[in-house]
Amino acid sequence: MVGDQGLVSVTERDVVAPPRATAARRISTFLSSHARARLALLLSAPLAWLVLVYIVALAALLITALWTVDSFTGEITQTWNLDNIIEVVTGSLYQAVTLRTIGVALLVTVVDIVIALPIAFFMAKVASPRLQRILVIAVLMPLWASYLVKAYAWRSVLAEGGLADSVSGGNSPGYGLPATIVTLAYLWLPYVILPIYAGLERVPNSLLEASSDLGASTGRTLRLIVLPMLWPAIIAGSIFSFSLSLGDYITVNIVGGANQLLGNLVYTNVGAANNLPLAAAIALIPIAIMVVYLGVVRRTGALENL
Amino acid sequence: MKLSRPARVTLGTITIVVLAVIYLPLLVVFINSFSTSANLTWPPPGFTLEWWGKAFRNQGALNALGTSVQIALASTAVALVLGTLISLALQRFRFFGRDFVNLLVILPIALPGIVTGIALNNFFRTIMDVRLGILTIIVAHATFCIVTVFNNVIARLRRMGTSLEEASADLGAGVWTTFRLVTFPQLRSALFAGGLLAFALSFDEIIVTTFTAGAGVSTLPIWILDNLFRPNQAPIVNVIAVVLVLVSIIPIYIAQRIGGQEHVAK
Repeated sequence: MVGDQGLVSVTERDVVAPPRATAARRISTFLSSHARARLALLLSAPLAWLVLVYIVALAALLITALWTVDSFTGEITQTWNLDNIIEVVTGSLYQAVTLRTIGVALLVTVVDIVIALPIAFFMAKVASPRLQRILVIAVLMPLWASYLVKAYAWRSVLAEGGLADSVSGGNSPGYGLPATIVTLAYLWLPYVILPIYAGLERVPNSLLEASSDLGASTGRTLRLIVLPMLWPAIIAGSIFSFSLSLGDYITVNIVGGANQLLGNLVYTNVGAANNLPLAAAIALIPIAIMVVYLGVVRRTGALENL
Repeated sequence: MKLSRPARVTLGTITIVVLAVIYLPLLVVFINSFSTSANLTWPPPGFTLEWWGKAFRNQGALNALGTSVQIALASTAVALVLGTLISLALQRFRFFGRDFVNLLVILPIALPGIVTGIALNNFFRTIMDVRLGILTIIVAHATFCIVTVFNNVIARLRRMGTSLEEASADLGAGVWTTFRLVTFPQLRSALFAGGLLAFALSFDEIIVTTFTAGAGVSTLPIWILDNLFRPNQAPIVNVIAVVLVLVSIIPIYIAQRIGGQEHVAK
């Protein structure tokens, strides 16, 4: 509809009125016959931004990890060595925190996917178009409530004498890793539901009907038709929940009790401990984990579903 | 596949239960914003409008809100331009290094915020030697917002195909005219949806912001974090959260309407 209107105006403008040979016109003619020039023009600005700001920053982070802080003056000395990296890889504190962080991120991701699948399925395949729209809004809206306020709301729900205590008869999990997992799963749930919902929307109903017409049970159709088509969307959702959990240090401060995740170690070393090189070395752990994760899932086509 | 009635009811029930769990903490926040207790004891001992009045007169919160809107608008604008350019390049062309560029767009959101935060903090301070402030926050936010615009626009470009653009070119329209009158009108709602997500992402971001803000700049999330554990400010934080959720209905509704109309038009 919109496209048709556009087409009409093009005809009126440029066929009825003969084009004038302005500079803009000449550039346009040049561009329409030179695809490479068009590509270069499109790509230069965003590529320059991403490389100059982001890739350079990541490379600098890697270099900083190879420097050390003079324990006396607190200044960074630019002598190259692997001390920080070795400390982070072999130190028992870092190993324990890394494993804990990966465990938390994995559990959060699994919980989110298990919850998101039935909801996304109901939204995409059962609900009427009207209800569908309402449900999308209902899932999107909590994203606008501040992350901090939601984490804090869970703090008051899980507090001693709070809602969880009174509902469970004093058996609230309290603050700690379980509370961290629950809160993180709660925070990232919409980010997991939305790509899975979008993925299910792309599974044509006709395929499902054909499968059942050919005698497949519901379970068989889900397993052999829906799941393979949905896989990239599930992975896409998992990238969000996994990566967001991997770097979080604020939620664990609010509901995690004394537990520390990788994010906390990075944060303390940038701030209180004033050891930027060590913080950089610790930050390389989540980078390495995500690079491996992205490398593994790249083949599934998940990156196009983010 | 025909879902049995019990299966449909089960799915519906799960959806209702999960939505209830999603909204329960928000409901607690809503009720607490009227509580007479300043340290959020549950159940509330009484109800008052005191915090609502105080929130709208709280200069710190209002300033932080202004800063956040300013940052979110600027980074959304940058993300819209860069995201559109890069999705046109990746969707309309096949070239060497295309996969790398694709990964480059995703990386700022796929790597944890703490990594992006510390990398940019280090970059701004030690390499660029610029003072941290609103500008550095905008640069940081724009970088990870590009992907939301990119996703929406590239999905639209894939569905659009190129036949209308080719027709426009055949009829003599130049590159710019074709973009302005043919491509852009078809992209408008995707840009709106992507821009909306970018705005929301920037508006609520706390981790990267903490690392790129420097002293003296307070966005709304930073203000909230500073005040969350202060007894007399926590109820005001609740009021702000409630207002944000309520205000967010408008843009989400508009985005849904635009999306819905195009669905019908097809």
